[in-house]
Amino acid sequence: MMKKNGAQILVEGLKREGVKVIFGFPGGAVLNIYDELFDATFLRHILVRHEQGAVHAADGYARASGKPGVCLVTSGPGATNTVTGVATAYMDSIPIVVFTGQVPTALVGNDAFQEADIVGITRPCTKYNFLVKDIKDLARTIKEAFYIATTGRPGPVLIDLPKDITSNTTDFSYPNKVAIRGYNPVYEGHPGQIKKALQLILDSTRPVIYSGGGIISSSAFRELKALAEKLNIPVTTTLMGLGGFPSNHRLSLGMLGMHGTYWANMAVTECDLLIAIGARFDDRVTGKVDEFAPRARTIHIDIDPTSISKNVRVDIPIVGDAKSILKGLITYLGKQKGLEKIKVSNKKWLSQIEKWKRTHPLNYKKGKEIKPQYVVEKLYELTKGEAIISTEVGQNQMWASQFYRFDKPRTFLSSGGLGTMGYGFPAAIGAQAAFPKKTVIDIAGDGSIQMNIQELTTAVQHNLPVKIAILNNRYLGMVRQWQELFYRKRYSHSNIEMAPDFVKLAEAYGALGLRAERPEEVVPIIREALRSNKPVLMDFIVSREEGVYPMVPAGAPIDKMLLV
Amino acid sequence: MGEILRHTISILVENKFGVLARVAGLFSARGFNIESLAVAETMDPTVSRMTIITLGNQQIIEQITKQLNKLVDVIKVSNLSGENFIDREMVLVKVAAQESTRAEVLRIVDIFRGKVVDVSPGSYVIEVTGDEEKIEAILGLLQPLGIREVVRTGKVAMARGQ
Repeated sequence: MMKKNGAQILVEGLKREGVKVIFGFPGGAVLNIYDELFDATFLRHILVRHEQGAVHAADGYARASGKPGVCLVTSGPGATNTVTGVATAYMDSIPIVVFTGQVPTALVGNDAFQEADIVGITRPCTKYNFLVKDIKDLARTIKEAFYIATTGRPGPVLIDLPKDITSNTTDFSYPNKVAIRGYNPVYEGHPGQIKKALQLILDSTRPVIYSGGGIISSSAFRELKALAEKLNIPVTTTLMGLGGFPSNHRLSLGMLGMHGTYWANMAVTECDLLIAIGARFDDRVTGKVDEFAPRARTIHIDIDPTSISKNVRVDIPIVGDAKSILKGLITYLGKQKGLEKIKVSNKKWLSQIEKWKRTHPLNYKKGKEIKPQYVVEKLYELTKGEAIISTEVGQNQMWASQFYRFDKPRTFLSSGGLGTMGYGFPAAIGAQAAFPKKTVIDIAGDGSIQMNIQELTTAVQHNLPVKIAILNNRYLGMVRQWQELFYRKRYSHSNIEMAPDFVKLAEAYGALGLRAERPEEVVPIIREALRSNKPVLMDFIVSREEGVYPMVPAGAPIDKMLLV
Repeated sequence: MGEILRHTISILVENKFGVLARVAGLFSARGFNIESLAVAETMDPTVSRMTIITLGNQQIIEQITKQLNKLVDVIKVSNLSGENFIDREMVLVKVAAQESTRAEVLRIVDIFRGKVVDVSPGSYVIEVTGDEEKIEAILGLLQPLGIREVVRTGKVAMARGQ
């Protein structure tokens, strides 16, 4: 049997797991690994400028490609800098594997230089984590980490590697299979439950599908579309579910929830059957939870049993993989008679929704200043909806979700659960690394972009021509909006007029910087950015006090919306 | 959401470092309550059993059970409440033993089939095993005689029959 040291085992493990790109930042505890990476030609290492950027990039890579994202950082501060990124991936169920260096085993627990108990720190925000204490366990640990991250409800897995583990040697063999007795995710839905769900669907007259990120992680978008079309069931998606159902489809209601469309929120409030698929009844979706879908029976399809009956009572729970359960539903439907009648009767319901849509469309007032919504609309038009869009968090995120019309899965990358400002730009870098030829745009705010702006160097160094569109209102816009509505316009510390000149900043980093100050400059600048093969930062000076509407005030029922 | 009841949950977990922290962390992070917890190795040295007594309404207990099942290191979760089971706890009680009370202490220990496991000039250490009612009863009787210290193991539990 071949002898290998820990660093060699790690690199070989990455190879066996099909890893092509790794995002990382070296340091003392991972020098053995970096020495081995020096010769690893199968692997593209992208050197970030802050470890948080590495995790978000791995996350963006995973969301865009569907493959696990991988990053490598050193011990202590390197490891703790990953925590926000790990928590971001955890909340949104994104498969990433994070390798952290650790002080040598003999020093663990000694408050050694650059020591942090990263396994303890990340225990509540990883799907699972490991501290490798014996070189003999390393190969199996790597195999298990990738398996756990990518199966069931996906999530981040962290492996902590003491420095001596990476230099010790052992007989190397890589396991083919994983057997973890406490971990057996259920994929197949219970046939009895599926049949019961089918009956509810057939009996309903005002059904709505509420679909989430689970549609995207289980690649169930074709099945979702087929089910919706078979019976004319309208589909609303969560933020995480954007792209899981084509926005331009006649049955699409757009997003629901706090900044959802009027007609989606009304449809959910009035429906008699809510079919939740791969969604978890988050508070930003439900508003006042007791009054969410008050007239509806509920079917809840989810791979994670803990998501079911956590926030709302459910009539028919089905635990399993969305794709497989939807396939089951469609098969049973195929054997039913009288579907045409249901299809026709659902048309009445659709025409009611159509009325809501006509009376309260997504709207904004145009003016002499650039409107942020206009920028997003133009980004959509000029990319023909073909770009991968990432967002930061706040107003930029909501305008992107409302005005860019996502038609395909894995084209919208956004921190939904944790709401991490600074996510979008490194995530875009990760997506660009997965798809070097595609247009990748980070729709950002002037606040959020400053949280990971250092990654401009990364994009320039690695020829990752990411585009950044800053909707620059010189405010922490969402904070300002809440202060306007709920704190009597007392704009406490949300004014960020004191800001760098973003165009010069982009140039200083070696990227292209562009600025638009008037509406007529928007299109030419987007065109110029899209033509460029460099990273480009577009600074759109937008109207300062524009708000995101509709808006459901926190804790209100979702049919009580503030409108434009 | 239903009545708040005490539940006895028995779980089999991997006998590895960090597992207790995962289980305890789950309870603390989600605001669930642990009344008592007992952990030890089973016949299979790679597996440990935890017996957890917790309080909650039906929905909370359902969440606790599901969340425990979701932990990678948890092999099996059984909620014993609702089926026929036995639970026992052991306590060590250090009780004052004066000239005047010594006989009374011994009588109580005898009635409860306890044992005196340590004797010193001023005190006895008593070992008693039993269900909650029995333990509470003996502690109630010893209280007026002067309890110095009580150490309880937390409950262990097992389903009856097969």
